[in-house]
Amino acid sequence: MTDRELQIKSVFLRKRLLHYIYMAKAGHTGGSLSCIDILNVLYNRVLRVDPTDFKNPDRDRYIQSKGHSVEALYVTLADRGFFPESDLETLCQYQSHYIGHPTKKVNGVEQNTGALGHGLPLCLGEAIAAKLDGKTHRVFTLLGDGELPEGSNWEAFLCAAHYKLDHLYAILDYNKQQITGNNDEVMNTASVRQKLETFGWAVKEVDGHHVAQLTEALNKEPFQKGKPNFIIAHTVKGKGVSYMEGNLKWHHGVPTPDEYELAQSELCKAETLI
Amino acid sequence: MQVDTILEKDLQLGKANQVVFSETLQALAHHDRDIIAVTSDSRGSGKLVPFAAQFPEQIVEVGIAEQNLVGVAAGLASAGKKAFAVSPACFLSARALEQIKNDVAYSDNPVKLVGISAGVSYGALGTTHHSLHDFAALRAINNMTIVVPADNYETERAVRQAITFCTPLYLRFGKKPMPFLPQLYHGFTFGKGRIVKEGNDLAIIANGETVYPAWLAAQELRQKQGLQATVVSMHTIKPLDTELLEKIAANGRPILTVEEHMVHGGLGEACASHLLQKGFKNPFRMVAIPDEYTVTGSQLEIFSHYGISKEGIARTAMELMT
Repeated sequence: MTDRELQIKSVFLRKRLLHYIYMAKAGHTGGSLSCIDILNVLYNRVLRVDPTDFKNPDRDRYIQSKGHSVEALYVTLADRGFFPESDLETLCQYQSHYIGHPTKKVNGVEQNTGALGHGLPLCLGEAIAAKLDGKTHRVFTLLGDGELPEGSNWEAFLCAAHYKLDHLYAILDYNKQQITGNNDEVMNTASVRQKLETFGWAVKEVDGHHVAQLTEALNKEPFQKGKPNFIIAHTVKGKGVSYMEGNLKWHHGVPTPDEYELAQSELCKAETLI
Repeated sequence: MQVDTILEKDLQLGKANQVVFSETLQALAHHDRDIIAVTSDSRGSGKLVPFAAQFPEQIVEVGIAEQNLVGVAAGLASAGKKAFAVSPACFLSARALEQIKNDVAYSDNPVKLVGISAGVSYGALGTTHHSLHDFAALRAINNMTIVVPADNYETERAVRQAITFCTPLYLRFGKKPMPFLPQLYHGFTFGKGRIVKEGNDLAIIANGETVYPAWLAAQELRQKQGLQATVVSMHTIKPLDTELLEKIAANGRPILTVEEHMVHGGLGEACASHLLQKGFKNPFRMVAIPDEYTVTGSQLEIFSHYGISKEGIARTAMELMT
């Protein structure tokens, strides 16, 4: 898939996740839009996963720590053929398998997540097991910047470096905003790069909406031998819809019919410009 | 050893259950490379130093970081490893509760959570080191089996069953050497209570390290009062052996529960709830740690203070009988 095709797919996935949030009248809109390019690159260029043989023990692992951005994950998995997209019509509905946070009931989802600060320790267990078994698959997690203050992340940052897990990739969806406000107002986590480097990780910074940069970083093995990999993906919350970008209202805002139409028309226009 | 002074001459004193846990795990690890012990600077208290020396690749040390301990164990279990997350019960069941709830139970990763030095094993180290909440906290989590072996036999059997157990499990061990309880029947199965004494006048249902004083109290009641008590090691709190419970309750005899846990949410309340809902009206009393700041002392002193002793249990039984 070319960069251009991937960019077109990103717009398509934005349209679809907005559609299902609009239909379900629920969802984490801003965060899903900020991480969708990362997921697009992961599932279409990076992860060795087979929708028809998901449980293959040699598959790459992806555990979404920022579970609230589940709409981005669901539309990416559906597009990749893990399940029919029409299943998402039931998103968040009574008795649906498609819960508002990732669930193993859905083909392609590794772990039930949603509470913050859980993805990285789970990935460490997977990565240590792979190392013990002499396997070559890689392990990925997507962290939200709002979940960085969770203590379990810092326990895991120490541990991953201790065990030299250089097949582990933690991607930070660094949109710099969370439910209450800007990260640095809620809890100052500035100098993430220095913090992680001090903890013994190899760090790269990329534009989290730039498919070529994401591809280059996520396919590099490893950044530095013997060090776990940390990718700071600079993103924009609500990316792709002008009135949502950087506006906290859209952390979990659901568009009105007019807003929805506007968002879709903006995305259609964006597609023609790629 | 204080336990020696109250040991009935016909019972053989064994080791601490957590020692038997580590020895059994070590024996099993010889033939099973997938067994992994995950520790939080707890290999000493978990008696896993020999295990670590013999199988350095089968121990994962995470340092004093219980949340990461359980998350890592869940990841290992997800990848097919038989992960035993070993940490003092007080920290494991409180500090890592959300990881237990989500990463182990909800995600159905078959971690074997091993709470060591449980209950008031740490004695005078105080409340920070006591786990009198773990039954209650973990009972309230779906998809969790809770097993509290009473003696070395039950411990050894429990660890062996844990290896092939394919859903989340919490094992709870103390640090005091335990006598071998009488084996009236063969076998040990999760979810099936074990009768260690039979009698028709009353029943004492206990678990873990309180089964022994319950058994002693039953001897005392027989010798001094001529009362015959059934004593059950209800090692599995969840799922509760309701079949055995109903069988015991069927003749209307008084029932006493005994546990090394707070009165709220443990074995006693589990039994009471079931019996009440099934319409049983047996006289019923719980012997447990009350809802108060626990008195300072050794485990045996704390037990004695709250009536979890031969004399205390016999006294409560007599109150219930009259």
